[in-house]
Amino acid sequence: MALDKTQIAQRIAQELQDGYYVNLGIGIPTLVANYIPQGMDVVLQSENGLLGIGPFPEKGKADADLINAGKQTVTYLPGSAFFDSSLSFAMIRGGHIDLTVLGAFEVTENGDISSWKIPGKMVKGMGGAMDLVAAAKNIIVATTHTDRDGNPKLKKKCDLPLTGVNCVKKIVSDMAVIEVTDKGFKLLERAPGVSVEEIINATGAPLIIEGDIPEMKF
Amino acid sequence: MNKVVKDAMEAIIDLKDDQTLMLGGFGLSGIPENCISAMVKKEVKGLTCISNNAGVDDFGLGLLLKKHQIKKMISSYVGENKEFERQMLSGELEVELNPQGTLAERIRAGGAGIPAFFVPAGYGTEVAEGKEVREYNGKPHILEEALTADFAIVKAWKGDKAGNLIFRHTANNFNQPMAMAGKITIAEVDELVEVGELDPNQIHLPGVFVQRIFQGVDYEKRIEFETTR
Repeated sequence: MALDKTQIAQRIAQELQDGYYVNLGIGIPTLVANYIPQGMDVVLQSENGLLGIGPFPEKGKADADLINAGKQTVTYLPGSAFFDSSLSFAMIRGGHIDLTVLGAFEVTENGDISSWKIPGKMVKGMGGAMDLVAAAKNIIVATTHTDRDGNPKLKKKCDLPLTGVNCVKKIVSDMAVIEVTDKGFKLLERAPGVSVEEIINATGAPLIIEGDIPEMKF
Repeated sequence: MNKVVKDAMEAIIDLKDDQTLMLGGFGLSGIPENCISAMVKKEVKGLTCISNNAGVDDFGLGLLLKKHQIKKMISSYVGENKEFERQMLSGELEVELNPQGTLAERIRAGGAGIPAFFVPAGYGTEVAEGKEVREYNGKPHILEEALTADFAIVKAWKGDKAGNLIFRHTANNFNQPMAMAGKITIAEVDELVEVGELDPNQIHLPGVFVQRIFQGVDYEKRIEFETTR
C-alpha cells in the first residue's frame, strides 16, 4: 500500500543526522519535524528569521511576532536565534544548511524541479524555494508519486516553470525512495506492498534498478 | 537632529504619487500598520511597493491594493491575497516576483552601496531571463541588481529618539535590510524611548539609517494562521 503523508514524513526523518541544520518546506515537509529521532540534535531553520523552531504554542499563547515561513504561529527553544531575512538567506546561500526538504509539482531525472507556478492558474510566487534549491547541500523532495489524475510527477522534463535545475538529490514519494544520479532515477526502496512493476508504471522516466529492491522500514 | 515625528500622517507628509516604497514585514508579521493606514487615508496612488508579501484581502498591503493605489509590486510570495491574484492575472497590477533571498539581498545591497551581485538562485528558471550568467566555483550564477526606494517604511519593537532600532522575534524579517535602503527611512515602533535607554550592545539597526521615527498606536498584530498544540 502506498504511504500516507505522515509516513512519507516518517521515512524522510530517517535521512536526518545528528547535528543537522534543516529547512522544512510547507506541507508534508513540515510533518518531518514530528519524527526527529529521540536524542538526535537537529536544528530547524525558518527562512523568515528563526533558527531553532519549537513546537506550536499552547492555546492562548500564540504570538503575532513569532511565526514560521508558512505564517503559522510557532515557539522558540533554548539556544534559538532570531535574525533578519538577508542574514537568513546568507545561511542558506552560504551553504550552512545541511538539508532542505520541499514539495514539488514535478521532478526530472537530472534533478530539475518545478514547484511554484502553474501559468494562467496559480501564481503564488516562489518564496524562498529557488534560493533553497540553488544552495542547500542536500535536497529531498517529498511528494506523491503521481498527480491527482494519475500522471507521473517524476519525469524526463518539467512542463511547468522551473524552480531550479540539477539540484534534487533524493525523492521520497508515497511509492518509493528514489535517488537522482548522474545516470537518472535510481530506485532504492519501495513502499510496503508496492511492487517494482507498479513503481515503473507510475514513473515518467526510466529507473535504474539494481538487484532486489527492499521495502522501506519504519 | 530631530527624527521624532508625531504620527504616521506626519511621517509620510511628503510621500507622493508614483514613488517607490519598501514596506517591511513577512506575511502580516512586523508590518508598519500605522503608515499603511495613513497611506490609505492620504490616497497616494501609482505606488511601486517592494514587500515580501502583499498582505491579505482586508489587511496589510491588501488595504492599498483594494483601493488600487499600487501600480507595481516587487515581492517573493503573494499567495494569501485573492485580490492581488485577480489584479495580477487581469494585468491591472504589474508584478515582479523575486526569489526571497535574492529580494532580501537586493535590498541589503541597496543600503550597503553594492549596485549588483551574483547569486545561484533562479539560474535556469524564468527569473534568469535576460540576466548575465557567470560561473563561480564551478556553478552558474546570475547577476542581480540592488534595490533602493524613495521611502523605506519599517516596524520595530523598540526605538530611541536617535533612530536606533531593536526588533522582536521573527517580526524583524525584511524590516532591518529595508531600513538601510530608503532615501528616507521611517520607523514606527511599539515603544519609543529616550536616547541612552537602549543598550548599545543590543541594537539591531543603528540610527544612522533612520530619518523619522514615531511610536505607533492601536496595533492589531493580526495572525494569519493561528496554530496551537
